[in-house]
Amino acid sequence: MSTIPIFADESWRLPSRGRVAMFCLIIGESAIFTIFVVAYIYYIGRSTYGPTPKILDVPIFNTVCLLSSSLTIMLAEREIDHGRMRSFTAWWALTMTLGIIFIAGTAAEWRDLIYNHGLTISTNLFGTTFYSLVGLHATHVIVGLVMLGLVLIFTLTGHVNQSHAERIQVLSLYWHFVDAVWVVVFTVVYIVGR
Amino acid sequence: MSPNFLARHLYSCEKFLSEFEGLAWWPRFHHAAAWAGKEPRYNQPQRPAFPSASVCAAALNRRANPSTANTAYVRLTTLSGKLWRMQQRKNQFMSRSWLLLAACVFLVASSLMAAERQPVPKIFAPSSTAPQTVPSIFAPASTPAYEIYNLSIFVLTITGAIFAVVGGLLLFTIIKFRARKNDPDHEPAQVYGSTQIELAWTVIPVLIVVVLFLTTARIIFAIQDEPEPKSALNVTVVGHQFWWEFRYPALGIVTANELHIPVSTSQHPEPTYLRLLSADVDHSFWVPQLGGKTDLIPNHPNQMWIDPHEPGLYLGQCAQFCGIEHAKMLIRVYADTPDEFNAWVKNQQKPAVEDSSVAAGRVVFETQACTNCHTISGTTAHGTFGPDLTHLMTRATIAAGAAANTPRNLYLWIQDPANFKPGALMPAMQLSDQQINELVAYLTTLH
Amino acid sequence: MADQTLPLPGTVDLNPSRGAAFLEWLHSWVVTVDHKKLGILYAVYAIFFLLVAGAEAMAIRIQLAIPNNHFLSPELYNEFFTMHGTTMVFLVGMTLIFGFGNYLVPLMIGARDMAFPRLNAFSFWMSAFGGLLLYFSFIGGFGLYGMGSAPDVSWWAYAPLTAKAFSPGHNTDYWALALIVMGFGTLGAAINTLATAFSMRCRGMTLLRMPLFVWLMVVTSSLTLITITPLTAAQVMLIIDRYLGGHFFDTQAGGSATVWMHFFWIFGHPEVYVLILPAFGIASEVIPVFSRKAIFGYPAMVAASVGIAFVSLSVWAHHMFTIGMTSVSNAFFALSTMMVGIPTGIKIFNWIATMWGGKIRFATPMLFCTAFLFQFLCAGLTGIMLAVAPWDWQLHNSYFVIAHFHYTLTGSFVFCMFAGIYYWYPKVTGRMLSETLGKWHFWLFFFGFHMTFDTMHFVGMLGMPRSIYTYEPDRGWSTLNMIISVGGFIQAIAILIMAWNLINSYLHGAAAGNDPWDAWTLEWSTPSPPPDYNFAVDPVVRSRRPLWDIKHPNDPDWKYEQ
Repeated sequence: MSTIPIFADESWRLPSRGRVAMFCLIIGESAIFTIFVVAYIYYIGRSTYGPTPKILDVPIFNTVCLLSSSLTIMLAEREIDHGRMRSFTAWWALTMTLGIIFIAGTAAEWRDLIYNHGLTISTNLFGTTFYSLVGLHATHVIVGLVMLGLVLIFTLTGHVNQSHAERIQVLSLYWHFVDAVWVVVFTVVYIVGR
Repeated sequence: MSPNFLARHLYSCEKFLSEFEGLAWWPRFHHAAAWAGKEPRYNQPQRPAFPSASVCAAALNRRANPSTANTAYVRLTTLSGKLWRMQQRKNQFMSRSWLLLAACVFLVASSLMAAERQPVPKIFAPSSTAPQTVPSIFAPASTPAYEIYNLSIFVLTITGAIFAVVGGLLLFTIIKFRARKNDPDHEPAQVYGSTQIELAWTVIPVLIVVVLFLTTARIIFAIQDEPEPKSALNVTVVGHQFWWEFRYPALGIVTANELHIPVSTSQHPEPTYLRLLSADVDHSFWVPQLGGKTDLIPNHPNQMWIDPHEPGLYLGQCAQFCGIEHAKMLIRVYADTPDEFNAWVKNQQKPAVEDSSVAAGRVVFETQACTNCHTISGTTAHGTFGPDLTHLMTRATIAAGAAANTPRNLYLWIQDPANFKPGALMPAMQLSDQQINELVAYLTTLH
Repeated sequence: MADQTLPLPGTVDLNPSRGAAFLEWLHSWVVTVDHKKLGILYAVYAIFFLLVAGAEAMAIRIQLAIPNNHFLSPELYNEFFTMHGTTMVFLVGMTLIFGFGNYLVPLMIGARDMAFPRLNAFSFWMSAFGGLLLYFSFIGGFGLYGMGSAPDVSWWAYAPLTAKAFSPGHNTDYWALALIVMGFGTLGAAINTLATAFSMRCRGMTLLRMPLFVWLMVVTSSLTLITITPLTAAQVMLIIDRYLGGHFFDTQAGGSATVWMHFFWIFGHPEVYVLILPAFGIASEVIPVFSRKAIFGYPAMVAASVGIAFVSLSVWAHHMFTIGMTSVSNAFFALSTMMVGIPTGIKIFNWIATMWGGKIRFATPMLFCTAFLFQFLCAGLTGIMLAVAPWDWQLHNSYFVIAHFHYTLTGSFVFCMFAGIYYWYPKVTGRMLSETLGKWHFWLFFFGFHMTFDTMHFVGMLGMPRSIYTYEPDRGWSTLNMIISVGGFIQAIAILIMAWNLINSYLHGAAAGNDPWDAWTLEWSTPSPPPDYNFAVDPVVRSRRPLWDIKHPNDPDWKYEQ
């Protein structure tokens, strides 16, 4: 290509492929959640029998935990940006803990709904839409926790250092997405739906 | 925008000419004029320089050596004369295009008006004596079908015109601009685009869409939102896998697969309003000559109306895939004269014919589980899973049109429905020959 | 080969047996992460299933050639038409577009590979296994009436026909699960394409200097992200209904059959644009080269493509004009459907303007593209007819609709794909396809296509609905159906000629060289076939047609482009 005159001194900057890919994944996943949310909203009040959303308790504590985990993961990102691996590990572990608390809280809520109120996915339309939407979100949280766990293991065995900051940021984008979805799901299920 | 960028645009040859016109219509051409480094337009003297003499000379020299000729040569030497001719043609094109636009508007407006008043020629209409068995959408026999027909002719005209114009252009292009064997061996003029032409062929389609949409919306509201008159006949249609149930709530009639409705004339308008329900999966009621189709969706009642203007038989069938025998869920609509309709109604309202000579068959019917699915009024049979058989012999077909209603076919159907409709939900009842014969003898008395 | 690790000294068998060499070759294809090999795998997979789905179509046409035929039982017929549609859309269409995309996008932007090569391989194998799962249904599980368990609920699988109550066998389950699996593959391929196009362009290639094919792959991939995912969501809901006792589409418990329709068509309509946009990309590469002119109105082409993608998200309910929506809804969707015709029309005009004033060489790729232009024009116009909601109340679910979408899918998509195959086959294999066989393929396919699908418009207007395994003899459809079936056979012969051409030219075709068509995009600067690393030196570009700049140094594009 030497016959083509070399470009002027403009720098050639392209976005990072990890970030682009994660944004695309987030867009795709948002579409899936949108469909489930739309189904939930459309079906509010249309169950012909069985328990209604009145039996739901608003999971304030779980929500606070999950949303704080967004904050802690941001702090973890900042630590690894500056190469402070020990505080990174601490914040990262805290993020995971908050996520696990959220999942445990959801499990407890479901146990209560199933055994004390008799609401399962097949009980009625409300049960179907509730468990599928909240369950879809919980699945995404669990996948996120698995990824966070992997990173924690690699950190504890000393394989993660400052040069991996970009990849950590990409992963934390996913975690922020999961939290944002929870805001939407929470609003639709526990505020609008009741 | 950098000065370079401006200069590139403002010193091309067409801009030179447009100084005199105030308009630059022509496509952006490749050119060989030196452009880099020129001042922005507002600083220039009144008449910007044409391509410099040295550039022209170099190009003319190249003319002597065709083997080294390149595209720029072609454009430059012919450019001035070509541009002048183009400018002339442009003026003609401008005035012609306004004329064309005016003609289009006139055409559109006149067809809009004409569509309202034209009498409808019947395409595919048979002779008046032979029954029409081809359910063509172009042989309308009812108001919704007529309105759709008129709209369709209008749309066909517009789309036909678009096809003629664009297709003609394409045909012209592939003939006129094909490569020929003795073509000089250089590339043709590279044209990157033309804002004005592109704007034109954006705006014109938008106008066409506006016209189409307004006519479409008018017909949508005319058909869908037509208020139901008091004289309307109400029929409830329930779709089943794979047969049609017709109930006339005001008249106390239940029948299957063959719909009798009165003709509706302008003196005695009596449209039929169909309420569409489903007992299982999605179906669709489609009799092309009487109107568009509407779906039957469980738990989602729909409504449509038809008003046949001429007595006769109109054919249709289910138009939403509903399972294995979707293909054999046919519809027969009989538009009756008022006398015929009244006679039919009176007959349907009677209980089943009682004929003691076929009592054996009636016993078979009542003891062999037929009553689980079928109703024959006046007997102990009150099943609703299958069609009502009270007046079975008033129907021309059985099994929703899968077979003609003859004793032989009745025999085969009862023996095993898979003889006509494999997958139909009526089971083969494993009856003996004698039982079936008695049964058929009984059923054939149910007029 | 890039896929093989360097062997330790002394461990290489310098005289491998033929079996060992074959296994080595096979292994290199199975473990490959090279975008070119994966592109070829996608394309071979797609062409294989094109033949399979074509055979299904031929069986359908034999059954419908005469009324009350007994070639296929109703159960088998329903399985065949469902599988024909599902196979063509997913196993042929989606795989072919990502095959072309995988192969060409890195080469066209001067990159060494896709952004995520392993994700690329994962996506291919997910798609492949999803397709195999779908076809396993013919022999797997217990089948309804013993006819195998292939899906038989039509490719749009309306509820509640798909509920356990009305489809007790495993047919619907195979449909949903196979497509969910394939959906993951498609999602991966789309993410990969976007990351590649945004993050791996060579120096100087701004977004507005990318070849139009790359642009269209970008738009397609973006649309795919929000198109395939609603289908996945709806199918998960269906599986929940069927296996976990859910009530999403249970009309007796408050669920709704129309909700399935909305979700399916929110996928289904943009899906057909996902299919056609790469075909537009191929046309936008082939037409300029064979007209010897730059594409007319590049920025407008990009804007129109993006516009099509956006507007196509708002038109889905034109598949549902007959379900009893309010008149206002019907009017809205009629308007939006007509509006999507505007950017599409702009593209047609731009292609014609590209050819105008050019020097058109009618080699096989250009023949296919020219036919595409005529046929896409017709397809767009019949689409406008269907957008007119009252007329759609007659034409919906009739053979007119089948004719329309075969005009877009076969007449436009497949024709462009064939053009792309004839155009890039020399680059992929280093051999030219036989021009004689190509022309035979084209003319037979063109003739058969029109014989079949022109006639289909009429039989639809005469009231013949779709999805029926037979029809009454007195409806006036018999002769037309026979003509349609004969046309189908002619197309089948043409496809077989193409298959023969592909195989034979690989073995005996003329050597192609780098740039047999005298084209202008970066892939033509590499050897044919390109080496694993694609470009020995990272290219630097200054315009949309870097090779034009090299070939015409006194008259380069970068002086004149905006």
